[in-house]
Amino acid sequence: MKKLAIFLFASLLGATAQAAEYVIDTEGAHAFIQFRIKHLGYSWLYGRFDDFNGTFQYDESKPEASSINVNIDVNSLDSNHAERDKHLRGEDFLFVEKYPTATFKSTSYKPLGNGKGKLTGDLTLRGVTKPITIDVSHVGGGKDPWGGYRQGFTGSTEFKLKDFGIDYDLGPASQSVEMILDVEGIRK
Amino acid sequence: MAAKNSESAYGWVAIVFHWLMAPVVIGLFALGWWMRQLSYYDPWYRQGPEIHKAIGILLLIALLVRLAWKFLNVSPAAVPGTPRWQTVAARFAHGGIYLLLLAIMTSGYLISTADGRAISVFDLFSVPATLQGLPNQEDIAGEIHEILAWTLMGLVALHALAAMKHHFIDRDATLLRMLGKPGNPDGSRDSKHQPTENLSTSK
Repeated sequence: MKKLAIFLFASLLGATAQAAEYVIDTEGAHAFIQFRIKHLGYSWLYGRFDDFNGTFQYDESKPEASSINVNIDVNSLDSNHAERDKHLRGEDFLFVEKYPTATFKSTSYKPLGNGKGKLTGDLTLRGVTKPITIDVSHVGGGKDPWGGYRQGFTGSTEFKLKDFGIDYDLGPASQSVEMILDVEGIRK
Repeated sequence: MAAKNSESAYGWVAIVFHWLMAPVVIGLFALGWWMRQLSYYDPWYRQGPEIHKAIGILLLIALLVRLAWKFLNVSPAAVPGTPRWQTVAARFAHGGIYLLLLAIMTSGYLISTADGRAISVFDLFSVPATLQGLPNQEDIAGEIHEILAWTLMGLVALHALAAMKHHFIDRDATLLRMLGKPGNPDGSRDSKHQPTENLSTSK
């Protein structure tokens, strides 16, 4: 009995030493997946994906063990213009009928100090899986006023449309898209 | 020629509606098909859809006036001697064309106004959005718009082929009636349109 108690206590210690799991707060919409791409080279066009979900592991004392998984419903794209959204969802761009989901699964996290780091992982978009690196910055974390515990990050990355099979010609200034990612997670 | 239809002849209002709208319907289909293939840097990339939408609205107005006129008028009966099944089939085809036109224009309107934007008709006036913000409204309406447009073209082809059959095979006045030449009470054409000799006897 005593042994069991020690074992339980030890495993409890082990559990707390592990990174805590956070659920991205899409319920309260404290997370945003946005993109921006240059229009003709003259201005920035912004859009976002409204439906997604994911979880991340994070331990302030062991940031290198951080990881994240996100699933995006590509169909939920919104660039504030129905005709453009229809085109972007079509075969010329995201082809959502065939590839309704995009995913990002991190493979490593390299802390650079000061809450910043480089998150590498596999992005699957339009049926193509390629590694990308996201520049991440820890915004803040701690208790929330309603009994929960939260951590929030912001990140950005850039990739060529062609890398994911999108070769519709938007002009020389619009070959790459920037992703602007903001997540707040609630500890499980 | 009378403005109104009679039991055996189309009035000029119906004839003008028919021949004004027919090329516009086919032209809008062609424009819609073509404009979707334009590259982003094509000068017509923006103009094509603008014109397609504006003419679509004008066509919808014309269709509503035409339908009102149709219901205030008698519809000429089929040319005497037309089999009953053909009369019924023609009635369904005509009704189908009207319904498809209404559905295609409604779905087109729902694409462009899905985000609350109005449709501008050549800067003369604009049609505001009404039903908007349904989930994926522009995609669903777009799918319907495309499928029904192809269906309409199939029905239009059938309609034209049937007119050709009446004119060249049955050699009756059906097509000529829509050109303002009512023909004889027995359904045959005016004498000047009669073939000089019968095909079957010339062989």
